[in-house]
Amino acid sequence: MIEFSEAFGVAFSLLISLDHELAEIVMLSLSVSLVAVFIAIIVGMPLGAALAIFTFPGRKFIIVGLNSLMGLPPVVVGLVVYILLSRSGPLGVLGLLFTPTAMIIAQVILVLPIIAALTRQIVVELWSEYEEQLRSLGATPWQALPTLLWDGRYSLVTAMLAGFGRAIAEVGAVMIVGGNIDHVTRVMTTAIALEVSKGDLALALGLGGVLIFLSVGVNALAYLINKPASLNNPINKPTLFRSPIKENVR
Amino acid sequence: MTSQSILPLELRAVNFEVQGKRLIKDVSCTFEQNLRSIIIGPNGAGKSLFLRLCHGLLQPVSGQIIWQGGGDRDSARQQAMVFQRPVMLRRSVRANVDYALSIRSVARPEREAIIDEVLQRTGLSRFADYPAHALSYGEQQRLALARVWALKPQILFLDEPTASLDPPATHLVEQIIEAIHVAGTRIVMTTHDLGQARRIADEVLFMHRGRLLEHAPADQFFDKPKNEHARAFLGGELLWWHPKHPLHKPGSKKEICQ
Ligand SMILES: Nc1ncnc2c1ncn2[C@@H]1O[C@H](COP(=O)(O)OP(=O)(O)OP(=O)(O)O)[C@@H](O)[C@H]1O
Ligand SMILES: [Mg+2]
Repeated sequence: MIEFSEAFGVAFSLLISLDHELAEIVMLSLSVSLVAVFIAIIVGMPLGAALAIFTFPGRKFIIVGLNSLMGLPPVVVGLVVYILLSRSGPLGVLGLLFTPTAMIIAQVILVLPIIAALTRQIVVELWSEYEEQLRSLGATPWQALPTLLWDGRYSLVTAMLAGFGRAIAEVGAVMIVGGNIDHVTRVMTTAIALEVSKGDLALALGLGGVLIFLSVGVNALAYLINKPASLNNPINKPTLFRSPIKENVR
Repeated sequence: MTSQSILPLELRAVNFEVQGKRLIKDVSCTFEQNLRSIIIGPNGAGKSLFLRLCHGLLQPVSGQIIWQGGGDRDSARQQAMVFQRPVMLRRSVRANVDYALSIRSVARPEREAIIDEVLQRTGLSRFADYPAHALSYGEQQRLALARVWALKPQILFLDEPTASLDPPATHLVEQIIEAIHVAGTRIVMTTHDLGQARRIADEVLFMHRGRLLEHAPADQFFDKPKNEHARAFLGGELLWWHPKHPLHKPGSKKEICQ
């Protein structure tokens, strides 16, 4: 018990002093996950929107596939990427195994189905509201796609944050394909796992604190963004109460 | 927006059904150029469906919808519609109009002037940079009108554009519709406001239970409607109400108006 409270103390001082090792691990975690989420957004959002708007043979199959991929066990994804990237694997020549790039690849595979599936749900709903209006204006489905993504932007942020949450907190895949190499591929989750197994709780607790802070932050952000967007609109400020129409139709 | 007229619009024996249920029955009519047509009829008569069919948003199961003046592809660009519940894009008032213009491939430099003009003429200039969603219902309705006005369509379909507006807002919307018409747009509009129908209509179409029961010049229609249901409707009678059975008995087969 004494050890435990000591560990807390050390963890706290590590955080306060922005310990170099801790900072390095946090930065790598953030950059790997952010890049992965960014790629997943670029691919997943148009994919999800297309699945919402277009009807084509095999569409249902892809949707069911995406939805089930949402729950992929990270360890399995790690294993598959490991096999693909390993020296004897089909992509072995690239020499990517145990690099941050390999970790990004694994996280993209984990996050993309989430972002695409959530985007599809959001866009389906919006499309049912917008379809006749957009068709009436003359928009083709290809023109409707970016319109719907833009108009769904507030809800879509939730999808992005869900993706980021999964990426940053995931340990199984990055452990396998990254190898938890000090200064190279050690991220928060793998470091925690290692430190705990070594019995060194201080760094683990410090990193755990950062992780919790990030996930609470992400959720708070999602909540704030999804509040009615008009709260900070000029129109809702009391000073701008609208008077009856002054301008007239000529 | 220079091309030749797509009008008149002719419907030949148009039927529409959903899951085997016939909702528009054997409607034939012609819309000539430069008139204002008002479609009236009780709730559920099929007025909104009728507009959607004309506008090409729905396909009839049988019959034809023919734009006498031009091909199908071209005709869509010469039409516009204001829906019973217009959709405001989640962007500024100005951007809503701009979007409509960009979809119809109006060049960017030309758009500014058009947007300024229609916002001014619908009294929305002050709101140009406000999010469209923050506008009141009546202002949104005017924005929907500004958006279609900018497109300078040859024919404009309006589905109850003044439902749930107060009298001044209704008056304003009527003025806007009049201005759009004067600028050369054919008006086809539904309403439940008979006073408004009298004010606007050049001709009246009376619909009831999916059928077009009367199509007549406004004077003639309001003076002496030929159809008995139209007469009853103008007289303020409830068309689903049976004098002998004020409340339908469950399963009662004897409904009025068949
Ligand atoms: N997609 C649909 N599926 C089934 N029934 C429908 C569908 N759309 C419309 N209807 C039915 O068709 C009938 C006509 O609908 P429509 O909306 O055209 O009426 P309306 O004349 O515009 O009525 P209101 O004055 O209330 O707007 C209604 O009875 C409605 O329930
Ligand atoms: Mg209707």
